[in-house]
Amino acid sequence: MKDSQAEIIHKQTWNEYILLEIYSPRISSQSQPGQFLMIRINPQLHPLLRRPFSIHSTKGSRIEIFFQNSGLGTSLLSRKKIHDQLDIIGPLGKGFFLDNSLREKEVVLIGGGRGIAPLFFLAQSLRTFPCGVKIFYGGKTHKDLPLKDRLEEKRFDLYCSTDDGSYGYKGYVSELFEATFPSLNPKAVFACGPEEMMKKISHLTQQQKIPAQFSLESMMGCGIGACWGCVKRIKKKGSEEWIKICEEGPVFRSEEIVWS
Amino acid sequence: MKKDLCFGPKKLYGLKMADLSVDLGFLQLQNPVIAASGTFGYGLEFSPYLDPNNLGGFVVKGLYFYPREGNPPPRLGETPCGILNSIGLQGIGVKKFVREILPQIRKYQTPIIINVCGEEDQEYVSVVEFLNQHPGISAYELNISCPNVKKNGRCPALDPQDTFSIVRAVKKVSSLPLITKLSPNVTDIVEIALSAQQAGTDALSLVNTFLAMDVDPQTRKPTLANIYGGLSGPAIKPIALRMVHQVAQNVGIPVIGMGGIMSGEDALEYLIAGARAVEVGTANFVDPESTVKIINQMKKYCEQKGIPRIESVVGSLKI
Repeated sequence: MKDSQAEIIHKQTWNEYILLEIYSPRISSQSQPGQFLMIRINPQLHPLLRRPFSIHSTKGSRIEIFFQNSGLGTSLLSRKKIHDQLDIIGPLGKGFFLDNSLREKEVVLIGGGRGIAPLFFLAQSLRTFPCGVKIFYGGKTHKDLPLKDRLEEKRFDLYCSTDDGSYGYKGYVSELFEATFPSLNPKAVFACGPEEMMKKISHLTQQQKIPAQFSLESMMGCGIGACWGCVKRIKKKGSEEWIKICEEGPVFRSEEIVWS
Repeated sequence: MKKDLCFGPKKLYGLKMADLSVDLGFLQLQNPVIAASGTFGYGLEFSPYLDPNNLGGFVVKGLYFYPREGNPPPRLGETPCGILNSIGLQGIGVKKFVREILPQIRKYQTPIIINVCGEEDQEYVSVVEFLNQHPGISAYELNISCPNVKKNGRCPALDPQDTFSIVRAVKKVSSLPLITKLSPNVTDIVEIALSAQQAGTDALSLVNTFLAMDVDPQTRKPTLANIYGGLSGPAIKPIALRMVHQVAQNVGIPVIGMGGIMSGEDALEYLIAGARAVEVGTANFVDPESTVKIINQMKKYCEQKGIPRIESVVGSLKI
């Protein structure tokens, strides 16, 4: 694996949300749903660190990342244009765990805000697994559901919520899931989003004995296990440890995670 | 004739390939670039990106005798041209290291240096006594300067007596050369350096990170859970360079310089200021191939300037 320059070939923007399509046959062919990339946003010294991005999808020689402009790094990245080159390391980390018992079963994916990013790739993989895929997608307002149309176009069963009720169910996506899941009877749940959302879904799925996996977000120093900066409290063999999200994650099973 | 021209920079520049090797007295390095402790994992993490055999050496992440839990997150922050960390030396301990890691990294030709940690003097001694029994290690780097393990960044390298006592105790039992890593969080780093020299250290490496903090004005919370952490990266380079220059002028043992080296030119500044070798740290996070790129840039500098041996650059500051 080498770090590589890759060209932006398409860009779509919805206010602070951005979708970049990047040409990289190598990354595309090696990626699994749930894995991530470390992108050096500019060659200057500030911001110094690379930024981690979930792989949003792969298609042929191309990959996509989806992100929210929410800080210095993403702000600079959001200003990149088609044909600009990005310095990318990856794919990194371990993706979602998909076992054969899920074949032909119903599964639920829950994305809160930009947490939808890794779930699109997962949804497309699960569909060919095959699984019946239901997607729950929540945001603060209807403006925070930019991928709604895309998910509908791909004919996924979609359940949307907004905190202010401007689209779909009024309230948190975790509440919508809580109200809806008994009728769906999912065999597995996969979620990514704000910590509070994931924590609630984790409790709910553990009560109902539904296996759940969570893709965790963290600031990362290196993405390759060298700096030990991106740790999360994880249960291992009966004891708790600080485990590197980049190396052993970013996806963890519900029962492993010690929520803060 | 034509064929020769195609074959290389040596013909084009009209001089031989530059010799990048440096002699630390106790250890000959094929080039002056060492990957710094805490930024290069246990030496295996970077194998997808570079061949460790091409480095001057690498320093394994700090090892205590026992496994160590480290500090709670957030452990990282980013500041202009720098990063702030309070990892707290989380690690696997010497026994697991010797069992699981050393057999895998021993195969590298490049010198392996172990960063040795301890809660008290006795733990440093125990780590060294244990590692003495296991071949494949070239030197110990005594970490008496981590700002993230005791309250308010306390560490032995802040005090000349503490430094002397610990270096003396470890030197007594060590079967390998000893490099003492100094802290920049002192008024007079030369005083500490002289103390370590007097206690018998074979070389000095400096500087460790600067005790620092960062605050989020929106939440009024510190960026790091530990409040204080260590600042590294290009932001610290001019201060670290000044300290390396001061120390190199006042000691009679080799100095390994570090702090914010991102390029071959940065590394050369340290050599010119008197360092015999350098350690590259934060740059490894930014680009895992940094060390190799820095070595190539140093080679190019020598070739372009017609410098046959890089050792001649050491301490060549023109005043």
